[in-house]
Amino acid sequence: MSFMLGITPWPVASALLWIILITAALYLIRSTAHKTIQAAAQGLHRSFRMASKAVSRSETNLAARNRDVLLAAGREAKERIIEREFDRINETVRKDLANYSGLHRSLSESIGRIEKDHQEAVDVPPDPPGWVKAVKAVADMDARDGRAHIGSILGDIHKSLIKAHKEAMAAYHDASAKRHKLLRQMRPDWRKIQQTLGAVGKNVDSLLSRSVTIDRHMQEYEDIVRGQDRAMSVLSSSSLVNFFVSAFVLCIAIGGATINFSLIARPMAEMVGGTSLIGDFRTADIAALVIILVEISMGLFLMESLRITRLFPVIGALPDKTRVRMIYITFTILFLLATVEAGLAYMREVLLQDELATSALLRGDAAAAVTATGEFMWITTAAQMGMGFILPFALVFVAIPLETFVHSLRTVLGLIAISFLRVVALSLRVLANVFLYLGVLLKQIYDLPLFVPLWIEERLSVGARLAGDQNLKGARP
Amino acid sequence: MKRAIAIVICTLLTACSTETTPRNTGVYMLLDTSGTYNEELIKAEQITRFTLSRLDASDSFAVARIDTGSFSERDIIAKASFDDRPSAVNRQKRLFAEQVSDFVENAKPAPYTDITGGLLQAVEFLNEKGTGTKTILIFSDLKEDLEQGYVRDIEVPLDGFEVIALNVTKLRSDNIDPREYLGRLEEWQGRVERTGGSWRVINDLDGLEGLL
Repeated sequence: MSFMLGITPWPVASALLWIILITAALYLIRSTAHKTIQAAAQGLHRSFRMASKAVSRSETNLAARNRDVLLAAGREAKERIIEREFDRINETVRKDLANYSGLHRSLSESIGRIEKDHQEAVDVPPDPPGWVKAVKAVADMDARDGRAHIGSILGDIHKSLIKAHKEAMAAYHDASAKRHKLLRQMRPDWRKIQQTLGAVGKNVDSLLSRSVTIDRHMQEYEDIVRGQDRAMSVLSSSSLVNFFVSAFVLCIAIGGATINFSLIARPMAEMVGGTSLIGDFRTADIAALVIILVEISMGLFLMESLRITRLFPVIGALPDKTRVRMIYITFTILFLLATVEAGLAYMREVLLQDELATSALLRGDAAAAVTATGEFMWITTAAQMGMGFILPFALVFVAIPLETFVHSLRTVLGLIAISFLRVVALSLRVLANVFLYLGVLLKQIYDLPLFVPLWIEERLSVGARLAGDQNLKGARP
Repeated sequence: MKRAIAIVICTLLTACSTETTPRNTGVYMLLDTSGTYNEELIKAEQITRFTLSRLDASDSFAVARIDTGSFSERDIIAKASFDDRPSAVNRQKRLFAEQVSDFVENAKPAPYTDITGGLLQAVEFLNEKGTGTKTILIFSDLKEDLEQGYVRDIEVPLDGFEVIALNVTKLRSDNIDPREYLGRLEEWQGRVERTGGSWRVINDLDGLEGLL
């Protein structure tokens, strides 16, 4: 500093001299400096723009890929739903409508019986009474004949009339009773027909409702096949929901597996030793973990063999006979492991009681040593054994949320990656613009200390322009 | 894929084959049966039980008495190297406690006190067991009284051992001249630490939590 201020005897003069020299130098290289700044800014701007475009392209490709994956998953899921609906229809038709001919025959028989009974139940008019003819004969007699026995005849007729009336009434009552009986016999047939027709109607209604459902699913399937945006957004949101729900259920399953682990880890020390280690982990703990993992694997295979999940296409594609064998094998292994776990849970309780008794004895608490193996201990023992047996079967169902989780994870990871790439692309674009405007700003800042020579240059150029204009005017005739 | 499988196999093999340092515990307890200290043995039984409750599978524990000549296996009252299986460990602990209890009930006072011989026996026992940590508990007033002819002015190799003196009672002469008691403690501390061991004194038997 002292050197710089010491080039003349007066520091102020030295400083001024330096300022003039530096300003002059900066002015002389101004054009080159501006070009350099511009080139650097442009270079950085273009680089970041290119990077941003590359990231955007990756994002687009990933989005397309994600879309394809989502559509494929949606298509597959929809196919499964439609397939299941058709299976249900097939089952309904097979079960209820396959015996339609029998149903028809039953209906025809019932109707035939009703017709027959109806014919028989027609109201038969009573026979004309026999006294009508007698009355006619009496009426034809000439009263003037003076036949004296006419009164007795009329008396007989009266008697006959009463008798015939009684008989006719009895016959009528008999016929009516018979008709009522026939009509009563018709009631079950009517009821049967009503029930049969009701069942048929119910089946038909069920089929109709299923057909409506299938129509809806088919419409959605077509939307997916066409790749419509609405289908995409529905699939995307459904995938997110599936992801969170399945993650929640998996967390619960992990809790169950942890309890299962604590049930068998302690007694496992009786089998493999309590102090041997593999790496930094106790062999007993690893063995317990392996048992639980094997159970989960068996559960997965069982679910695959039952075609409830489709994580392993190889198992799904097996011939039915092999698949059924696999169901039996996996279930047997699972059952055996569950039994082993129940035994280990029992052993755990025994060990615990033994340990409590020993601890009490070592504490010198003889009473506690006796009560440690109390009479109600069987309740906890039974509960632990029950849990040890049930939990492996409960863990089988982990396969369902696991499949959903795996499938939805693909989509969710894709969405996260897309969002990340979008943010990166945006940041790169912003950076590119920042560098562009930074170049402009740097050029302005460079010009700030050169305001004096620039002002002189401007004045000179204005003066030169004016002189040129005057020369032009003077040169004109 | 093949490379990944190879790495996993190598890692497992390395984990299995690496010679790990033992993590088990070895405890040797010396009980002074000389003179009036014999009456203190009931406390020693409590300490034994406490120690048993703290030990686990594959640990080793021995209780021996200090008498006229303690450098002998015959002075070991009870010893056990606990099994790997928890159920067997519980059985061993109960049996051990029973043996110590029987000894305490029928213990006879010894005329002399050979603490150094007991220490040598303890070192030999624990080195033979090869446990990860080695602890020697001395339940004594630390007043050594050797019979004529017994040579004990030797260095006991205690490198890697922790020696804990328990219930170091004051003798009548200590009350007259406390320097005797302090000097006794200092002398034993010096003997232990000189050969690489660590030394601790616990007189408050209600606070045994930090014993092991």
